[in-house]
Amino acid sequence: MKSSIKRIQQLTQQFHSLLLSIIFIALTGLSANVLAAGGGVELKHMTVNMSDKGALQRGAKLFTDYCLSCHSAKYVRFNRVAEDLDLTEKQVMENLNHSDAKFGSTMTTTMTKEYAKKSFGALPPDLSLVARSRGVDWLYTYLTGFYSDPAKTTGFNNIAFKDVGMPNVLWELQGTQEATFNEHGMVEHLKLTKEGKLSEAEFDREVRSIVSFLSYIGEPRQAERKVLGAWVLVFLAVLFIFAYNLKKEYWKDVPH
Amino acid sequence: MGKRVDDLMGWVDDRFPLTKMWEEHLSKYYAPKNFNFWYFFGSLALMVLVIQIVSGIFLAMFYKPDTALAFQSVEMSIMRDVEWGWLIRYFHSTGASAFFIVVYLHMYRALIYGSYKKPRELVWIFGVLIYLALMAEGFMGYLLPWGQMSFWGAQVILSLVGAIPFVGEDIGIWVRGDFVIGDATLNRFFALHIIAIPLVLLGLIVAHIIALHEVGSNNPDGVEIKKNKDENGIPKDGIPFHPYYTVKDIVGVVVFLMFFSFVVFFAPEMGGYFIEYANFEPADPLKTPAHIAPVWYFTPYYSILRAVPDKLGGVIAMGGAIVVLFFLPWLDRNPVKSFRYRSTMWKVLIALFVVSFLILGYLGMKAPTELFTNIARVCTIYYFAFFLLMPFYTRIEKNKPVPERVTMS
Repeated sequence: MKSSIKRIQQLTQQFHSLLLSIIFIALTGLSANVLAAGGGVELKHMTVNMSDKGALQRGAKLFTDYCLSCHSAKYVRFNRVAEDLDLTEKQVMENLNHSDAKFGSTMTTTMTKEYAKKSFGALPPDLSLVARSRGVDWLYTYLTGFYSDPAKTTGFNNIAFKDVGMPNVLWELQGTQEATFNEHGMVEHLKLTKEGKLSEAEFDREVRSIVSFLSYIGEPRQAERKVLGAWVLVFLAVLFIFAYNLKKEYWKDVPH
Repeated sequence: MGKRVDDLMGWVDDRFPLTKMWEEHLSKYYAPKNFNFWYFFGSLALMVLVIQIVSGIFLAMFYKPDTALAFQSVEMSIMRDVEWGWLIRYFHSTGASAFFIVVYLHMYRALIYGSYKKPRELVWIFGVLIYLALMAEGFMGYLLPWGQMSFWGAQVILSLVGAIPFVGEDIGIWVRGDFVIGDATLNRFFALHIIAIPLVLLGLIVAHIIALHEVGSNNPDGVEIKKNKDENGIPKDGIPFHPYYTVKDIVGVVVFLMFFSFVVFFAPEMGGYFIEYANFEPADPLKTPAHIAPVWYFTPYYSILRAVPDKLGGVIAMGGAIVVLFFLPWLDRNPVKSFRYRSTMWKVLIALFVVSFLILGYLGMKAPTELFTNIARVCTIYYFAFFLLMPFYTRIEKNKPVPERVTMS
């Protein structure tokens, strides 16, 4: 009888540990969550290194040269970018700011809505938060995923975003990719058929820079956040030692 | 110095029952000495409430409840321009989910140790009301950032009002203040989120604690410690809440803050569960997202809603799933409180209940397929059977002997 009670108590404890671990795993892990985009294609993975200021600076240059003419980043201020990417006001105003915007203003585009609708069929979305809504893997796959498709008015289609209205603005750098399809009409893989100005490795590096920059503007304080977080956890760990011993001291006189 | 303080306290006590309240609720409130891990979550809920109120006040200083400005005020002003705005926003968004985690664990504790039973029925009922108010608070708060999921989540839930026969449409318009979710809706949700519901919540929490302190806390053994008092009228198994449980709860608070900080600083979106990815796009009434899912803490009920083929039936089932909680103290006919001294059957039924609740929660985040819908139906039936058949199966349970005094493990 006694042993069966013990057994049940053990089972209960096991159930509680299981329950708590399920909750814990559900909360900490499972980041393999559905990203809004989808499209069925397997995304290429990349990690962003926020301390690689060189990559972020290159990304900023490429972004303002190739993306900003049609897309805006209307929540992003030039002076903030200068501060975070270790650039001077002069460097930013000469290299990144292609309009007459002031140093403290945001990255808007000069293209009118009417022109955009007429040319691309849809308004190019603002890119301030695109790395947070789509994810960096999607952006990396998308920007390297253009392939030649004569049926499209722009001459290109995309593996991550089927029938996208955006032209392949980086084609001069990348060259042209051709797609091979499987029996279901899905893209099997892409092959570079015409070389661009950059080698494949160089182009890959440039795209990663753009995506890194997009990730940065998606959440400018992300590097600061993690550094601060480490200190907070260290502080709490020390506080725990004091709190735990305080409790133990007080509870000495509680009869068992 | 000591005398001055005593004089001052005396002066106050002649005019306001400060010492009396301190003693009643802290230094002479005797709590059972055998509280375990599960007893941290009440005080943790209180702390999360404070986090939400304080961070919420600062957010309200910069947030703009206007459909043209709301998204920008969050994603540009608060997240970028305001000093430490990002931190306060992550405190608040993480706090919302943390509140529900803590409250769900707190409710589970009540379930396994029978804390809803006589004489604590009102403690339980105030608790369920707090849970309801918290859901309203979470629902309305989620609209405020005015992202895609804010808009479409609210759209799905508010459209349910339309399922009410005859008056549903009119009620829907009255709630939204418009034919669609728009500026009027956002503005009133802001008012309700930052004033009306927090006031209701505070009132209910005070009532919850006063009712608890009137009857005294339950414990893992489900033994009434007030039945065994010493010559001074102090429960033999009781210890003063302060300092014993205040120092113990500080340990709980620090551990909780470690988890909380981990999310805030290293995973504020929590893989899309705490802040859904689609909410980083501004609300667009013309562009329906491919997949609309409510935030995780609503998904068990969302699953129940979808499990019923009929829309009105689904709404009734969803409402019923919460209403039935109020009746728990009278549905359970077993006089024994703690599951430690109840039948194995009861433990198994509780375990199955937790599993089906988790499954419902998981399915509520997924797009419904035939298989998923059928699983959700089984879990929904179990959810209701667990409660509605309780008056029958709790009568035939074989209990074990309940000890006279609490046990320390």
